[in-house]
Amino acid sequence: MNTPDPRRWKKIEVEEYENLVQQVKPKPPLFKHCVWAFIVGGLICLLAQLIMNYLLNQGIDKVAASSYTAVIMIFLGAFLTGIGIYDELGKRAGAGSIVPITGFANAIVASAMEFKREGYIFGVGARIFTVAGPTLLFGFVVAVLIGLIKVFFSS
Amino acid sequence: MPAKKKRGAQTLVFDQPPVLTSWASIAGPKEGQGPWGQEFDWSMEDYLFGEESWEKAENKMLRETVKKALNKRNFDEADAEILMAGDLLNQLVSSNYAARELGIPFLGLYGACSTMAESLLLAAILVDGEYFERVIAAACSHHYTAERQFRFPIEQGIQKTPSSQWTATAAGAVLLEPVGTGPRITAVSIGKVIDMDQKDVSDMGSAMAPAAAHTIKTHFSDLNRPSDYYDLIVTGDLGKVGMAITQELFIKDGLQPEPNYSDCGVLLYDDFQEVYAGGSGCGCSACFLCGPLLKKMAAGEINKLLFVATGALMSPITSFQGESIPAIAHAVAIEN
Repeated sequence: MNTPDPRRWKKIEVEEYENLVQQVKPKPPLFKHCVWAFIVGGLICLLAQLIMNYLLNQGIDKVAASSYTAVIMIFLGAFLTGIGIYDELGKRAGAGSIVPITGFANAIVASAMEFKREGYIFGVGARIFTVAGPTLLFGFVVAVLIGLIKVFFSS
Repeated sequence: MPAKKKRGAQTLVFDQPPVLTSWASIAGPKEGQGPWGQEFDWSMEDYLFGEESWEKAENKMLRETVKKALNKRNFDEADAEILMAGDLLNQLVSSNYAARELGIPFLGLYGACSTMAESLLLAAILVDGEYFERVIAAACSHHYTAERQFRFPIEQGIQKTPSSQWTATAAGAVLLEPVGTGPRITAVSIGKVIDMDQKDVSDMGSAMAPAAAHTIKTHFSDLNRPSDYYDLIVTGDLGKVGMAITQELFIKDGLQPEPNYSDCGVLLYDDFQEVYAGGSGCGCSACFLCGPLLKKMAAGEINKLLFVATGALMSPITSFQGESIPAIAHAVAIEN
């Protein structure tokens, strides 16, 4: 008679358990999340568009107007984080409030607020990009790559 | 010579079962508004508890809970002979700093959310072994100190999954003595670290359920007790997901008749409190034991309780490195 291999036995046990977990574990309400993300994300973009249209009507040129719009949206994201509204929004809207530029402001301001008690150097200074760091790093990397592509292929 | 007080593989019994002569609990603002809010000695109005930081608030919670448990017996800090306590933070700062101010000889324990059972069982061993006469077992957790260590900044807009849990802001402390009136600890089972290869850090219940089921099954077989021996078996913080899985595992393990079973993480909050699958953290089981459960035991509504606190023994670092989540559960039998 073969002696059972304990590692193989453990593997079967783990697989069986995984099946049980998948049966019991509640699935995230994807449809509801999508609707919330669509509406909130859409509203944030609509607001930005309204601001931009207003600035263009004031006779500001297009490049400057889009910069001003981004600055205003970042301020709003930071402000709503500061008064504790943005996280409530994010709980429901998910990607709808994370993907727009306001979400980026939220990630940075939330980290800054979180680590303020550890001081301005080792707290705020060292930790402010804890969450936003990857976005910045890989954003820069992609920007450099696309810049290189432009240099090589546009000549 | 075989160990006189050991039964089976993992269980110890006591010649002179130590008595829980006094207990105290503090609950956070959210826990205070839950269905058991009136059963705690103290409900905090805000998360800072009159302090400058959440870490200091957590330290104060533990300190005040220990003092309260001693005061109820007309003792003060100088009367306590040893404090065994733990929390969730790196280097056990809340417990260490509380012990600094209390001035009681101190052993810091880390069992993640299983700490209350770990401190209780060790305290029982020390009292039954006639080493000490007044031992304090305690544990605490704070929602915001745990969030910042294990997860994301508080103000960040993050969407949580339905299986995630809410770290309780709460603390509990128990005074154990060799004689006196109160419920007694009759047996304890020390758990094994069980890992079923679960890796989802927003689902601690699934990671911990096998450990809970294993310890409970071993407890019954070590003591040869029927599975309906206890009026109530309560796990620490498995939440709704872990509790459902544990019930399935009871059936699979052949625990018949099925024990009367619930979970502190599920009981501590109302459904509308947005805690997803339920509460977690050392404080969750600690405050629920030292609040509603022991009160019910003192009133004779529960006479035989099996308290099984469960802990997920991971850290953010091991999780990012792709490690699975090991879990542990210790059982403490408390009887009138």
